[in-house]
Amino acid sequence: MTETTLTHSGQTEPRPAGWQGIAADWSSDQRAFKNVSWGKAMMWIFLLSDTFVFGCFLLSYMTARMSTRVPWPNPSEVFALRIGGSDIPLILIAIMTFVLISSSGTMAMAVNFGYRRDRRKTAILMLLTAVLGATFVGMQAFEWTKLITEGVRPWGNPWGAAQFGSSFFMITGFHGTHVTIGVIFLVIVARKVWRGDYDTGRPGFFTSRKGHYENVEIMGLYWHFVDLVWVFIFAFFYLW
Amino acid sequence: MVDITPADAIPPAEVAEVELYHPHGWWTKYVFSQDAKVIAIQYSVTATAIGMVALVLSWLMRLQLGFPGTFDFITPEAYYQFITMHGMIMVIYLLTALFLGGFGNYLIPLMVGARDMVFPYVNMLSYWIYLLAVLVLVSSFFAPGGPTGAGWTLYPPQAIMTGTPGGQDWGIILMLVSLILFIIGFTMGGLNYVVTVLQGRTRGMTLMRLPLTVWGIFTATVMALLAFPALFVACVMMLFDRVLGTSFFMPAIVEMGEQLQRGGGSPILFQHLFWFFGHPEVYIVALPAFGIVSDLISTHARKNIFGYRMMVWAIIGIGALSFVVWAHHMYVSGMHPYFGFFFATTTLIIAIPTAIKVYNWVLTLWRGDIHLTIPMLFALAFIVTFVNGGLTGLFLGNVVVDVPLSDTMFVVAHFHMVMGVAPILVIFGAIYHWYPKVTGRMLNETLGQFHFWVTFLGAYLIFFPMHYLGLMGVPRRYNELTDMTVMTESAQHLNSFISIMAFIVGFAQIVFLFNLIWSIRHGREAGGNPWRATTLEWQTPQTPPAHGNFGKDLPIVYRWAYDYSVPGAKEDFIPQNVPGSFGLSKEPA
Repeated sequence: MTETTLTHSGQTEPRPAGWQGIAADWSSDQRAFKNVSWGKAMMWIFLLSDTFVFGCFLLSYMTARMSTRVPWPNPSEVFALRIGGSDIPLILIAIMTFVLISSSGTMAMAVNFGYRRDRRKTAILMLLTAVLGATFVGMQAFEWTKLITEGVRPWGNPWGAAQFGSSFFMITGFHGTHVTIGVIFLVIVARKVWRGDYDTGRPGFFTSRKGHYENVEIMGLYWHFVDLVWVFIFAFFYLW
Repeated sequence: MVDITPADAIPPAEVAEVELYHPHGWWTKYVFSQDAKVIAIQYSVTATAIGMVALVLSWLMRLQLGFPGTFDFITPEAYYQFITMHGMIMVIYLLTALFLGGFGNYLIPLMVGARDMVFPYVNMLSYWIYLLAVLVLVSSFFAPGGPTGAGWTLYPPQAIMTGTPGGQDWGIILMLVSLILFIIGFTMGGLNYVVTVLQGRTRGMTLMRLPLTVWGIFTATVMALLAFPALFVACVMMLFDRVLGTSFFMPAIVEMGEQLQRGGGSPILFQHLFWFFGHPEVYIVALPAFGIVSDLISTHARKNIFGYRMMVWAIIGIGALSFVVWAHHMYVSGMHPYFGFFFATTTLIIAIPTAIKVYNWVLTLWRGDIHLTIPMLFALAFIVTFVNGGLTGLFLGNVVVDVPLSDTMFVVAHFHMVMGVAPILVIFGAIYHWYPKVTGRMLNETLGQFHFWVTFLGAYLIFFPMHYLGLMGVPRRYNELTDMTVMTESAQHLNSFISIMAFIVGFAQIVFLFNLIWSIRHGREAGGNPWRATTLEWQTPQTPPAHGNFGKDLPIVYRWAYDYSVPGAKEDFIPQNVPGSFGLSKEPA
């Protein structure tokens, strides 16, 4: 209970070692994470919570896939595109993955220019990220349409276990929703950057609070998370 | 820790201390308010209102059980609907919302010395989505087919099938949508509570100086943010099963002699998801109660809390452990014996940190200057009730004991004691304790005494006999028991007795509500700090605290929250924001 000691001597006590030191740092004055703003802390904790959501979705899908007694459709065949007379497995998914990962790159650059207070480049890179994100969602819509025309439904499909379609639409749909929400907010934040809200300290319409260029980074955290989740969906749904 | 004197203020990088949303008129001040205190009251009133619905439902159930065959309108379907809605409302829409949304919103900013939650706008949205969730839930009472009667655990496949009330009607859909909304709304509030505690404290307020109330609410909120996702996913999947015809939880199944176009799903998967949420949920409700009761006991026994540091670690330990015990709710579903062994072991290990807490409460009382105020009475009642309920938990944590008892009234008695009555007693105690801060007036003492004794003794008269009924083999969930061999005449008399007690205890709650409303105008003037307590919420310049909580300057914290009866001090309490070298200077325990 050293921290309740009131010496007022102006001397600092030696910092406790080991685990006690870690606990002391975490519980120290005012802020547990010293250089982390409220918004950033909130985004990290939200992402932790969202990780559990996606984790539960993926675990449920894996449970269904392992316990079903009907064969699981082969993703390589289902997700193949016929290009130039030959079936290329997973080609669309590969392109989608490439697009989404590229968008993480442009997002990272936007964050960088945001901290340099380069309004123009930040906004352009964010819009580019949004365009790539929208492209991803567009390709996902194409993929959905293709599967639906081939007879895949949430309650069944021509090739095997009904849970294939259910899990596919649910998981990619939920991820696609995340990407879509991300695109919307990218555009909103890009507009604010472009207009110079973060330079002039113009208060937000709803929150009536001043924004900061850090919002670009917080937006980026979300975007990279959505990207990372896709990598897991790619690995567990398409490659398995 | 090491920062003995509050160091230089770390300026809040993003929000100037006074950059708050200031209301412009009646609507933004009282309705669409971004002030955590108003949001807290909105949460509390909504939760209480829906809680009254659940109370009436429990009366209806007891009418049927106590006097079978007397009330024609309570059909078996209606009885299941009452059970389901009573359980769901009490656990989620009352207890969770009241502890986290109500007490969390009111107490966290005040106790950590903040002007408000870190993101008041998101906080406001949290309440309105919660209200929407409640309205969707209530609407299911008026939907065709009525609310769902699937049991509060909503186990599939029966939850979405013909024959279960609401299964093929609107009931289950509205229930699931309401839960999804609740989780979204809660997440918005929960993020606020966590970030406010972690990043929004005033100068000098280290985590190890937080009142245990804040520790309890904080840990419970972290748990909720990690546990609710499982329920969210389960609800989404079941909604798809019901609406889109997927088979996540549906095995090949025959309904009314007809093979359904379903198959390959796993009902057990739902149980895992549900209880991965459901068990932490018990502690999401219990931990705030633990924290609040610690503060009530310390304040009203005029003594520092015994073993503060251990109390904090026990809260964290319970929170962590509660994520690895969920399958003890599923022993009767069948599992590999090694899993049963694992989950029984982890379950029983939880008894260690909880026992630490109980010992510390008792040792705090030991040789304290105990004032038997109403909050203290409720706090004492909580300790007793929690120990009682916890002991039967040790029974049920063991597979071999749980399996025969699981479907009996014993389980009903156990969880009502430990998760129903115990936290509700703390809620009452907390309301009597903080009402003067919220309204500026004391609650009526006489009515309070009446309310306490009827509730406390009545709860025992309701739930103690249920243990015996359970051991005799009286099953739970049945609306009609009269023809069973276990229902001897004396057992039925006991059932009728329980019902009468339930009506009496329910009536006492109406007296309490009357007291709440009456005392707003007619209660005794309380002053700023009627309990002579140390924590920051009692040191506000105005009572009730004004917008921004602390006037011009935020308080600076110089000590922990439990400097009561300090030798050499002028008063028997030293508020946290009073400087000086007197006071506790050694490790307390």
